[in-house]
Formats: sequence, C-alpha cells, structure tokens
Amino acid sequence: MTARLLRWETMLAVVLVLEFVLFSTLSPYFLNVDTLSDATFNFTERALVALPLALLIIAGEIDISVAGIIALASVAMGLGAAHGVGTPGLACMGLGTGLLAGAVNGALVTWGRVPSIVATIGTMSLFRGAAYAVLGDHVLKEYPESFASFGQGYLVGPISYELTLFVVFALAFGVFLHRTRWGRAIYAIGANPIASRFAGLPVDRYRFALFALTGLFSGLAAVLLTSRLGSTRPSIAQGWELDIVSMVILGGVSVWGGKGSITGVVLAALVFGFVTFGLGLLNIPGIVMSIFTGALLILVVAVPAWLSRK
Amino acid sequence: MSAVLPHFQRLWRGLSDSARRDFAFAALTLVLFFAVTLKFHGFASPRNIAGLLDDTSIFILLALGQMLVILVRGIDLSIAANLALCGMLAALTNRAFPDAGVAPVVALSIACGTLLGGFNGILVWKLRLPPIVVTLGTMSMYRGAIYLLSHGAWVNENEMSRGFVAFTRAQFLGLSTLSWLALGGAALFILALRGSRLARDLYAAGGNPEAASYSGIDPGRMQFIAYTICGAIAGLAGYLWVARFAVAYTDIALGVELQVIAACLIGGVAIAGGTGSAIGVVLGCLFIGIIRSSLPLIEVSSFWQMFINGAVILVAVLASARRRVDQRRILEAPT
Amino acid sequence: MPPPLLTLTEIRKSFGGARALERASLELQRGSVTALLGENGAGKSTLVKILSGIHQPDGGEIHFEGEPIRIASPEDARRIGLGVVHQECLVFDNLSVAENLFVKVQPARRGLVDWRSLRTRAAAVLRDLDADFTADTPAGRLSIAQKHVVQIARALVHESRVLILDEPTASLSQRECVELFRIVRKLRDSGCALLFISHKFDEVFEIADRYTVFRDGVSVGAGAMADVTRDELVRLMVGRSVDQLFPQLPEIPGEELLRVDGLARAGEFADISFALRSGEILGIYGLVGAGRTELAQVLFGLQRADRGTMTLSGAAQSAGVALVPEDRQTQGGILPFSIAANLALPNLRALAPHGWCSVPREAALAREWIDKLAIRAQGPEQTVHSLSGGNQQKVVIAKWLARKPGVLILDEPTKGIDVGAKAAVHAVTSEFARAGNGVIMISSDLPEILGMSDRVLVMRRGRLRGEFTRAQATSEALLRAASDA
Repeated sequence: MTARLLRWETMLAVVLVLEFVLFSTLSPYFLNVDTLSDATFNFTERALVALPLALLIIAGEIDISVAGIIALASVAMGLGAAHGVGTPGLACMGLGTGLLAGAVNGALVTWGRVPSIVATIGTMSLFRGAAYAVLGDHVLKEYPESFASFGQGYLVGPISYELTLFVVFALAFGVFLHRTRWGRAIYAIGANPIASRFAGLPVDRYRFALFALTGLFSGLAAVLLTSRLGSTRPSIAQGWELDIVSMVILGGVSVWGGKGSITGVVLAALVFGFVTFGLGLLNIPGIVMSIFTGALLILVVAVPAWLSRK
Repeated sequence: MSAVLPHFQRLWRGLSDSARRDFAFAALTLVLFFAVTLKFHGFASPRNIAGLLDDTSIFILLALGQMLVILVRGIDLSIAANLALCGMLAALTNRAFPDAGVAPVVALSIACGTLLGGFNGILVWKLRLPPIVVTLGTMSMYRGAIYLLSHGAWVNENEMSRGFVAFTRAQFLGLSTLSWLALGGAALFILALRGSRLARDLYAAGGNPEAASYSGIDPGRMQFIAYTICGAIAGLAGYLWVARFAVAYTDIALGVELQVIAACLIGGVAIAGGTGSAIGVVLGCLFIGIIRSSLPLIEVSSFWQMFINGAVILVAVLASARRRVDQRRILEAPT
Repeated sequence: MPPPLLTLTEIRKSFGGARALERASLELQRGSVTALLGENGAGKSTLVKILSGIHQPDGGEIHFEGEPIRIASPEDARRIGLGVVHQECLVFDNLSVAENLFVKVQPARRGLVDWRSLRTRAAAVLRDLDADFTADTPAGRLSIAQKHVVQIARALVHESRVLILDEPTASLSQRECVELFRIVRKLRDSGCALLFISHKFDEVFEIADRYTVFRDGVSVGAGAMADVTRDELVRLMVGRSVDQLFPQLPEIPGEELLRVDGLARAGEFADISFALRSGEILGIYGLVGAGRTELAQVLFGLQRADRGTMTLSGAAQSAGVALVPEDRQTQGGILPFSIAANLALPNLRALAPHGWCSVPREAALAREWIDKLAIRAQGPEQTVHSLSGGNQQKVVIAKWLARKPGVLILDEPTKGIDVGAKAAVHAVTSEFARAGNGVIMISSDLPEILGMSDRVLVMRRGRLRGEFTRAQATSEALLRAASDA
C-alpha cells in the first residue's frame, strides 16, 4: 500500500514540475518570485480546508457544505464589522461560526444518523441560503483596515501569512495523521467503522470532531478570503466545494475511506493551484477552468479504476 | 363520521408502507395549501392553481428523473447543468435555424441530454466510480461547456422564433402545455413504475444489488439506464425552461439540482435506494412549490428559498433516519 | 440406481494464483438430499457460485440429465433448473414477498406486469410450503428463517429440479430448523435433488441420504450417510484424526472477577445475575435470539444496560473486559489492514502513550503473537484479508489478549473455521483461563460448550433458564433448558 501511494505522490510531483515547465514557456511572467507568491493566494485558502477534509474523507465521511460555511462565516463577520466589531473579534466570529456550522454537520451525522452526503447537501443549502437570506443582493464592505492584514499581509519577503499558515498546518496535519495514534484511529474508522467500534474506538466522537474541525478551518478560510477581498457577498466562494474536494481526491485520498496521505493532498493543492493560476495568466475565464476542474476530478478517480479493471 | 371510520381503518390497514406515507404526505400538502388559502383567499383560485402548476411543472419532470437515479443508489448533481447546456443548445439552434420549427430543436435537446446523462451512467456502470464524484465533476464540465458554446453571451426573447416560445405557453382547458406535459409525465411514470418489468428491475437493483445480480439483473446497467433517462428528461426540460422564460444564459437553473433532490427526499425517496413513489415525488414538488409561491405573499423575500430547501432536506432525512434505527426485534418474552 | 440428475466432474477453478477447486466432483440424485461437507477454504462457496452461474469453471464438466451444460449466467442457472438458497439472505427487503418470488420472471399481460396473476401464484406456492407469512408481506419484515423460505419458494417458482442450500441453519432456532427440514423432506419426496451444505454433523446425519466431502478443493470421499461415521467424516475433512479437541486442564477456582446482578436491557435481556471466578471458563448456551450476544456487548461496554449492576473486582478491575465478536470479518478485524495494524488497534494507548506511534514496536508486538498463537502468515505486514478463516480468528483473539484483559468474552469463536484452528483456539482459551483470568464462552455448538465449560449458563429469550456444572451438563439438559419444550 505504501508503495502504491508513493507512486501517486511521485506522479503528482512530476506533474507539478511539468506544469512549471509548461507555464513558464507559455507566459513570460510565470517564473517570477512575486508572481509565484501571488499564485499562492490562489489556493492557500482552499488548501487549508482540504487538510481537515482529507481527514474526514479518510474517516469515511464527506462534507460538501464547506463553501456554504465559508459564506456564512463571511456574512457573520461582515455583520460584525458593520456593527463596529474590531479585527480580533471579527476573526473570532469567523472561526466561531465555522466551528458551530461544523458541529451542526457533526450532530446530524452522529446523533441524527443521517448519511453525511445527504446531511451536507442539506446544510450546503442551509448555510449559503442563510447567507443569501440575510444579505440578499447587498455587499458588506465596512471592514476595519487592520482586518486586511490576514489575507493580504506578508510574514517575510514574498511569503504571505496565508502561505505560512498553510505550511504550518500542513506539517501539523501530516504529523497528526501519519504519526499519532489518533491518526491511526482515523484510518481504521474509515476502513471499517464497525470493527473500530468493537476495538473500543469512540467512532462517533471522532466523526463529530472531524466535522467540527472542517468547519473551523472553513471559518479560517473565510477569515482569510474575506480579509483578502475586503468585502462579503453571499456568493463568496461559490463552487469552492468542488475545488476543495478535487484537491483531496487528486491527492490520492480514496472516496471509500481508509486510504490517503497529507503529502498527496499538499502536492495536489500545489498542482491544482498553479494550474488554475497559470490558466488565469493566460486569460482563460474561471468558468472554463471549471471544465478542467470537473474533468480532472473525474480523471483522478477514473484512471485508477480503469487500470485495476484488468 | 363514525360510520366512515371502520371503512377507513380497513383501507388503511390494507395499504403498503409506501402508500401510507404518500397518503399522509398528501394530507400534509393539502393542509399546507389550505393554511395558506386561509390567509390569502386568492391562493385557491383556479388561475392561481394553474400558475402554481405551471411554475412547478419543470421541477416535477426533473424530480421524476432524479428519482430513478436515487432509486438505484445513485445521485445526479449535474441534472441542472445538463438542463442548462441543452437549453442553450436549443436556443442557439433555434436562433441559427428559426424556420426549422420546434420539433427538431426539442429532439436535439433531448438527444443532447441523453448523451450527457449517458456519460454519467457509463462512468458509474463500467468504472464503478462513486456517483457523487462523477456528477460533481460533470456538473462543472457541463456548466463550463455552456460558456464555450455561447461565448458567455445571452440568447434573448427577440432572438427566438415565435413557435419556440409559444409552445410552452399555449393553453388547453385552463392549463398550459407545460402543465399538461408534467401531468402526463407524472401519469406515465406512475403507470410505468408499477407495470413495466424494467422499472421493477430498477427497484430490485436499488433494494439489494447483490441479490439482483444473482437474479440476473446487472445493477450497474440499471444505473446506466436511470442516468440516461434522467439525462433525457433534463434535455427536454432544458428546452422547456429556455422557452418558458424566453432567455438562455450560462447560469440558468443554478442550484436547481438541490431543489429537485429536496423534492425527492421529502417525497419519500430513500437515499439508500430501492424505495420511492412517483406520487410522493410529485407531492414533494408541489409542497415546495406551495412554499415558494407563498413566500412573496407573507412578504418573505425569495432569497430565503435556498435556506428553505436545505431545511426541508434536513427535516425529511432526519425523520426517516431516526425511524429506521428504532426498529429492533424484541427478544424478551413475558414470563 | 437411476443415473444422477446433476454431475460435476473434475471441476477446476482458480482466482489469480489461488486454486479454489482442483478436482471437484459431485453427483446429485433425484429425490435425495446430499450433504456437502468441508472446512472453510475447501471450495464449497466457489462451487455454489459456479452452480449459480456467477463464475465459470476453468476445467471439468457439468452434466444435467446426462447432457453436458454450461452455466454462463444466473439466468442460465435458472433456466436449467438450478436453484440456490444462499447463506446471506438474497432477498429484496424493499419488495413484497410475492414480487421477490417473481423477480425477472414476472407474469406479463400485454407487456405490463400482471399483478393479479403474480399474487395468486405466489400465494399458491406459499400455501404448498405451509409458510407462516402471506405473499404481500414486505420482505424486510421477515425473519432470517422466513427469508430462507422465500428463497426456497423462489426456487419452486423457477421450477428448480436441483436446490442448493448453503449453510441454511446458520442463524436458525431449533424450531425453525425443524420447519426447514420438513420443507426439505417434502421437496426431496417430490423428486428434487438437494445439496445441503453444512458444518453441523448432527443436522447432516439427520437430514442427508448421501454425502460428499471436499478438502482443499478436491472431493475426497462420497457415499451413503448410512455407511459412514462422524469420525470418518472428520478424518476425510481434515486429513488426519483429531482427538485432543478440548484440552482438559484441571480447574483451580480463584477469586471473583466479575459479578453481574439483575442486569437488563429493554427488548434484549432481563434479570441476568451470575458471577465469574478467576481460572474459570463459563459457557453460555442458547438458541439464536436468546440475547447472548446482546449481553456480551453490554458486559464489554459497547452498549449500556438499563437496570442492574456489573462489578469487576480483583485483577479484572484494572485489566478490564475484552470481546471477540461473532462476525470476524465485519466486527472482529479490518480485513484490508495488516496483522500489525489490526493488533495495534485496541492497544493504541499502550503502544503510543504520548500519542506518538512507532512502527517497529507494532511489528514486534505482531511478531510476538504470531509466534504465540502459531498464526500461519508471512509476517506482520501481511493483510488479514489473505489469511484463512482460522488464522483470521487467531489475529482477532491475539489483538485482545495483547491487551491483557481480566475477562475474555468469546462469541461463537470457532464458527466457520477448520478443525485444526478450532483446537488451537480452545487451547489458547483454556490457557488464558488457567493463567488466572476469567473466560465467558458463548456458543451454539453443544460439543464445544460441553467440552470447554467449567460451568454452563443457559439463556432463553433473554432470561437465564439454568445453570449447570460440568458434571450436570448434558446435551439433553442444555437443549431442554434452551428451547421451549
């Protein structure tokens, strides 16, 4: 199993290198430190959500309401800002909303016994619907100046706060999943939740925690995104659930649970992020890029399935 | 009243679980309808009911298609993108060949939808890919394809031929052609689901795929058939949508797939497969339709629609999920 | 003797590198019941799949009524007249019984399903079988025994001449078994050729006229039941005679480890009180549905009791309770994981006290137990999926023994595993008990309960109906307490 995954990650690394080669030939602007730094903004927010989502999918669940949570958290912060809440308070509101929303998902799946796909199809509508209901077609723009530093600020040189956060959390998640006993538990729960229960693992508690964690990080993404854009619309992060799920599955995480690695997800986020950025540099509109994203998602699951048919 | 009760009790006992659920839900829908009418007397007027039916028609057709897919343990998130792509194709064709008439355009639309649905089906059948991933992917692909096809431009009413638009709006006996299509489609589904052997095979495949293959039914092939039929319906709905609203652009029917799934779930279609009735699905559409059209009356903005869909889905699945867990065999005997 | 109805000659079947059937031969006579015996992995389920049309043999011949045939698909099997009652109830819960009988063969009128004819014919078949349920019952409401009847009824609708019953009594109560045998005899008398696959010698001697034994994919013996003894059958199945199946180690009763008082859980069991001492093996006997598994899960802590108390004392207080569950593939272990990963799972806290996992430590633990229990595997990294049933069960037992529990509960620990592994499991269990721990063994296998237990509790319908010492426990006494008789 380790051998096969290593092959997948190597393949991703190869694709990443090829991408760089391709785009730097197609566009003179690509291989520039500032450009590459800008490129990271393109995917760090989504990649941050992909990290806990990967854990969730490995544990055998799924959450497609993540973009809805981002929208809801953003609206919450916008309302807070409109009422004069300061930057630290806003960040707390964003994180808190995400955490609560994740807890709702967790409760539906563990207490309500609703299959996660249906639960999150429902909450996807519920959360984004709440954002629309509250905001309608207005835009919230009254954010304090200091708020912008989350999403637009740099730690040192070309390395942004966002990128730093992603690197730090990627390492943390990697260690957590691959080296600790809680990570082992997550793999077991995804592979066979019944046997895991019989082995004494508190399966429902893990599930709830993972949903809450995914919500929390969606809230974090909302803080970063809203701070970067400086405004909130109810359509913020529209379609991001597809991108985030694509990153996870592209990273080699199996939809059936029990398999996957953080290294793969990180590489996939890079592959995905630089491709979309590169296409953007070549002036390809976002909606056309989504053809690529959709096709990529299907290819990533179809190719291994096709190969193992023999 | 007391004379009627024993008859009713006997009737109730003879009904299957599924029929009882439909009955109860029909009663609930009627109660909702009357509740709204109580506040707004005009709601129950024939004109309003016809309008309600007209608004809900396309959803009914889509939901019937989605029901087939859910029945065989699949899900189709790309149904609305399929609709939009075929609708755009129909509008563009009509704009390019206004004298060709409506029939070829409709045929093209249906054919396109069938292919798009079939693509979903092949991936789920032959490669055994998870339906959620496949249709999440095709949803994006099809939407993006609309942009490619139209270069982001709209097709407006003045660019559409008279016949193109008029077809859906023509009236027979107080109801639009659209409404008659929906009613006809529902009736066809009700009969076919009960009487056709293919439909019974779909129920079997969804209820127990392993047992189905031992009986000679290929569950994957049943899924392919369901996705193809759903796609064909989406194709037809594409033309109907574009003709009814007399406009075609990239974002038409955005989010409709969730409304349709909501209608199916509230109508009693089990997400686990194998259970569902056409009547329930139609009632589900009407239920959501009544809520939607009563929103402006009670001065709630239509921006609440998405939230309500989500709430409806969650309430419906919570109710059925909790009921399933409580069924346990009683082992203890009275001493 | 008239020519056999169905003959299989030298059937070969491989899956990848694994040879499931080598030289399998079988003969089924009209109007007779032939028992097919063999250990797990002997090739019985492969044979069933071939006769169902799911797999095609790589070599050998199949003759029906003297003519060579090919069973290319389940439809072929149906058309030829081969019916199967599968172990896993392949019944459609979401459809009515009537519809279940006619899947794929619904009577039609003008292209549409003729429901009236379907219901009438279904009712007639159920009447013939004296079934205790009606044709329009939703199949999901039926018990396992009733679902078996539905499968038999389906075979009758298909006018099956050959009926294969694959471990049909696995989950049936005594009364349901009697009922099933009545139907089997009725079918036999009407000329059907029946193949009865079972592990249980008692049943085989009761119902079968002839026998065939498979071992490692080869048929090693066949003949009339009247001409053979149980020991001879065992020898054919295992290839050697196995005596020392139940180690008889002297009991040294020690301190009390577990006391249960008035334990009850709504709908499952009530008024359960007993005590378990160190060094003791307490057997719990009962028929399916008696509530034993539910009791075990409460004792283990998976579920909570509504009333009553459970106290652990002595060594068991800190060491705790472990449970080896009934279904080894779904509940007992994670098949796609390695032996080491499986062993680590209940022991994570001990292996990684500060959260940090160590692969060498886990591998060492696995190697230790592979040696102790003589698990036949290539190493700690081998996936449990590729082990035989007996070795899989050893892994499940090992992972709990590694926890060093005070009380070990085993739920049907030797179900479906070969005789050699059975003996090993019994040896380990006895050793564990004699080392000063307590064992509760739940089993429906009378010889096992009688052979292993120092004391036997009998449960019936959720309540304790009897307690027997080793001296008092006899088959008749236990059966009487366990059944309604």
